[in-house]
Amino acid sequence: MKFFEFDTIREIFSTMRQSKLRTFLTGFSVAWGIFMLIVLLGSGKGLQNGVSSNFSNYAVNMVNVWPRRTNMPYKGFKAYRRLRFRDQDMEMLKNHFPQIDKASGIISLYGNTVSYGKEYGNYGINGVMPDYKDIRMLSIEAGNGRFINNIDMSEERKVVVINQRVADNLFRGEEPLGKYVQIGGIAFMVVGLETKTSNDENGYCYIPHSTAQTIYNRRGYTDEFYFTVTGMDSPEANEAFTLALRKTLARSLIVHPDDTAAIGVWNMAENYVQTMRIFSTIQLFVFIIGLCTLVAGIVGVGNIMVITVKERTREFGIKKAIGASPSNILNSILIESVIITGVFGYIGMVLGIGTLELLSLIMENATGTGGDGPKVFLNPSVDLNIVLVATGILIASGLLAGYFPARRAVNIKPVEAMRAE
Amino acid sequence: MRQLPIEGQLPFYLSKSIGGMILLEKLNKTYPGVQPLHVLKDIDLSISQGEYVAIMGASGSGKSTLLNVLGILDDYDTGRYLLDGKLIAGLSEKKAAIYRNKMIGFVFQSFNLISFKNAMENVALPLFYKGVSRKKRNQLALEYLEKVGLRDWWHHYPNELSGGQKQRIAIARALISQPRIILADEPTGALDSRTTDEVIQLLSQVNAEGITTIVVTHERSVAEQTKRIIHLKDGYIESDNINIPSLTACSK
Repeated sequence: MKFFEFDTIREIFSTMRQSKLRTFLTGFSVAWGIFMLIVLLGSGKGLQNGVSSNFSNYAVNMVNVWPRRTNMPYKGFKAYRRLRFRDQDMEMLKNHFPQIDKASGIISLYGNTVSYGKEYGNYGINGVMPDYKDIRMLSIEAGNGRFINNIDMSEERKVVVINQRVADNLFRGEEPLGKYVQIGGIAFMVVGLETKTSNDENGYCYIPHSTAQTIYNRRGYTDEFYFTVTGMDSPEANEAFTLALRKTLARSLIVHPDDTAAIGVWNMAENYVQTMRIFSTIQLFVFIIGLCTLVAGIVGVGNIMVITVKERTREFGIKKAIGASPSNILNSILIESVIITGVFGYIGMVLGIGTLELLSLIMENATGTGGDGPKVFLNPSVDLNIVLVATGILIASGLLAGYFPARRAVNIKPVEAMRAE
Repeated sequence: MRQLPIEGQLPFYLSKSIGGMILLEKLNKTYPGVQPLHVLKDIDLSISQGEYVAIMGASGSGKSTLLNVLGILDDYDTGRYLLDGKLIAGLSEKKAAIYRNKMIGFVFQSFNLISFKNAMENVALPLFYKGVSRKKRNQLALEYLEKVGLRDWWHHYPNELSGGQKQRIAIARALISQPRIILADEPTGALDSRTTDEVIQLLSQVNAEGITTIVVTHERSVAEQTKRIIHLKDGYIESDNINIPSLTACSK
């Protein structure tokens, strides 16, 4: 007799029907194990996705530096002096720290009226350098023009890159590229349309840093610095970098070395690395819990198989007396075990994924983060390989759990087997 | 009744020309334990094809053990057992299953039907292990149910049937694989006298078709229907007689 035959399957289903409760219990422990594994791993992933998506408005290795007031008198300067960053400070930092990859100064102006024809609005105007696009991960899709470039900078051109919100409000579906908008009474040509923040409530306009310095009377100065840094993977390295950055800048601006509040530093990488560390710990923790649930499922399957085989010893004896070979019986037990674990494992998987979807939906509605607000839960997903491996482990353990007691039962002499009750 | 000498001195027409279907030589079996139980002692026995034999004896005489050994359901310690000329000794369960399926049909006191299968499926089951297709074996099962007069009951489950009906279904199941030997262990032990007669008649009918039939029983009336009666006592063959119904009738 072949191992896998339609008749064998039919035979197995008739025995499964005979003991619905047992079949259900075996199946349930498998389904539950897989279900929990998926829900746990998926939630962990969702949490991680949600939190890390909050970093995605910036490059994760971004450093933002801004000037504040001094708090201590130093080298003839009084306390409470307002600091300003100069162009040469940025050059100095770039030369001093090889970790700095991209760099841009920014001049931020709020509440400027921008108008096109009859349409107008108040938007943030940012004077930035070409690197700013990569630092803030802005996106200008093909056909939407370009970002500020070096020629704009050197020629102090009056060009502007607007974001989707500004385009929607001012142009109302009209093609903005090549058109002129008025910013504070000065005409700027639109050269690019930025779409990354298309869901954002706020409108932004980006003009060349040099142009902003001239127009807004900040020649030689900048409001803040933005950098991206490379080659630092640990929080410790990032901390050390932040400290060195403060010291260097303090010396250049003649600020007391202990006056740490005078210069603001936001090192995204420091936070990011730390957060991701927490998450990999959570992931590991969740994985271990999932694994333990799976083990419980395996033990459940094993237990029930042992009882099953014991219960059916007499039936096996009868079947052997009328001509079933040991392998006939062994095969039917094993196939039964595989079918139950396989089918219920699949059910558990589907339910688990369904639950994750539901959870995702509820969380999204509950936190009201349909837009760009901070997220805690996003795209919960499980590595399909993990699911398949888990199901495989369950089936294999069902096989093993069935195999050993079944082999023993099958090798009992039929007379003895039939005597069993 | 005439006393017959046992194996070796059997009349020519019984042991040689028809051929020894079953041949036991100095067969011994002991159940191990704190006090080992020597249940079969130097059994010599020859049963030819087509014989109708009753094995009788008090409980504990070893009659069921003998039947189990004959049916390859149990093994023995020393001696020889030849079934259709083949030595049955130290067989693997797989080999034993093949012999059982090919040669032997069993009828048990407790019927041993599978409770979650209906009459037809129960009868058809041995053919499943022979690899016969479902359609074919169900058709055959219905034929054999017809033979035992229960065709109309094919869809009933064992718990919906009387003891006599169950035993007839068990006999149909034993017959369906066309065995050379039917081994019945107290087939009427759980039946009343009327159904006992039905079952015994069925077995006689089976034997009339040329199938070697061996019945273990402690009921005289059942044994009387057979053609040869073997008495066991304390593991020995006490007597082995040809049962001639006419003689019995005369002696009355």
